[in-house]
Amino acid sequence: MTDHDLDPDHDSAYAGLLVDDAHWAFGEAAHDDPLEGMDLTVPDGVDAGLLAAYCLMLGDDALVLSHRLSEWCSHAPDLEEDIALANIALDLIGQARLLLNRAAAADPGVVPALPEGSPVPAEDALAFFREDAEFRNVRMAEVPNGDFAETMTRVLLMSTWRLALLERLTGSRDPVLAAVAAKGLKEVAYHRDFAARWFVTLARGTDESRRRLLVALEGLWPLWPELLATHPVERELAAAGVGVDPFDLTAEVDRVLDEVLTAADVERPDLPPLAGVRGRTGRDGLHTEALSRLLAEMQVVARAHPRGRW
Amino acid sequence: MVRTLDIARAQEVAATVVDPELPMLTLADLGVLRAVETADDGGLLVTITPTYSGCPATAAMRDDLVRRLRAEGYDDVRVRIALYPAWTTDWITERGRAALTAAGISAPGPARPAGPTPLTLRPVRRDIACPQCHDTDVEPTSEFGPTACTALYRCRACGEPFEHVKEI
Repeated sequence: MTDHDLDPDHDSAYAGLLVDDAHWAFGEAAHDDPLEGMDLTVPDGVDAGLLAAYCLMLGDDALVLSHRLSEWCSHAPDLEEDIALANIALDLIGQARLLLNRAAAADPGVVPALPEGSPVPAEDALAFFREDAEFRNVRMAEVPNGDFAETMTRVLLMSTWRLALLERLTGSRDPVLAAVAAKGLKEVAYHRDFAARWFVTLARGTDESRRRLLVALEGLWPLWPELLATHPVERELAAAGVGVDPFDLTAEVDRVLDEVLTAADVERPDLPPLAGVRGRTGRDGLHTEALSRLLAEMQVVARAHPRGRW
Repeated sequence: MVRTLDIARAQEVAATVVDPELPMLTLADLGVLRAVETADDGGLLVTITPTYSGCPATAAMRDDLVRRLRAEGYDDVRVRIALYPAWTTDWITERGRAALTAAGISAPGPARPAGPTPLTLRPVRRDIACPQCHDTDVEPTSEFGPTACTALYRCRACGEPFEHVKEI
């Protein structure tokens, strides 16, 4: 703070806002932990490392998709859609924060080590200081943005999957995951409706909007089976009553997608899945090049200032 | 011997703290202030619940509660976040709804009951009126608004746009 800032006679446009210098946007508020005061005990019989890995999967899906949606800011077709995409991104950031904090509390070993004295909280260390191979999101979250039809198709597919998953996760034996799910599903319900309406609108709009939508669906479809493939971590946690086996979501997500595709008069594509490398995909940390580029942009400022305060 | 806190007074103070984004509403009227009680260690424990997972106002709510209560002499204040049960717009009080309407924001209708989430391909139909002219000939322009909790509407009668707190 400079003397200039302390000059009581200076006619600043912000003077009226600074009546309360502890306010969150002005000054160094303490880190706000979104799980503050919650009981973070790992349920009996559950491997803490597996629980953390599972939370990273669901948290990274939200974090990476949120970043892609945030790239639309000021670029969407109109103001309403711009605001809608920013809102969806914000909801997903909120879910990611809860899940990354849950991961760090279950197994502090997943949090990257930072220089002595760094004030960076665990959730930020996980978001900004992990390498691409440590991210556990499905690859659909990370592929570069295409046009608006591509983003609506991606949000439709991922929110259809996520909503079905969160509905089941409300019954988790981990009360923290159950609470995160109960809260998040109300949000994702709005995301799914929004994307589904746009999917139908674009499919039934002009020849050009339909052409673009079909290109988008065919581009994303090879990445869809990865969401429903069971990873060993998911299998073990589902067996422990804590997680959800995504394969069990197949009937529910097919029902919803069929309803949207029928309303849109669009055929389900018949395309093979995008292969992994020796069977390894996003959940194993095997990503496309796009994730490295995304992280380079998302992490550059935090990595330049590992002792920074914000 | 732990000094006995005046909990009733603390509850009164906490109930006057307002929402940072909807300052016409107190946290109590918004339904996010869940409890004000004595903690096991004798301090004051305040429980709040966020509206949306990513609501950036939660940190401000916590800071405002701590500061106001400290100013009233409650030195040892802790704020706990409760995610469950998840916040619902049904917890906005009648007084809160009246305050929203008076500020030109349409209050939410009843939240959808628990159970599987239906897919809604048509625009949501809500039985609401323009907070300016009270005409019911209104149309949604977006289900997402300037804050996480509002949708955007336009009144066909008076032409004014307005926000609606969407049911959750």
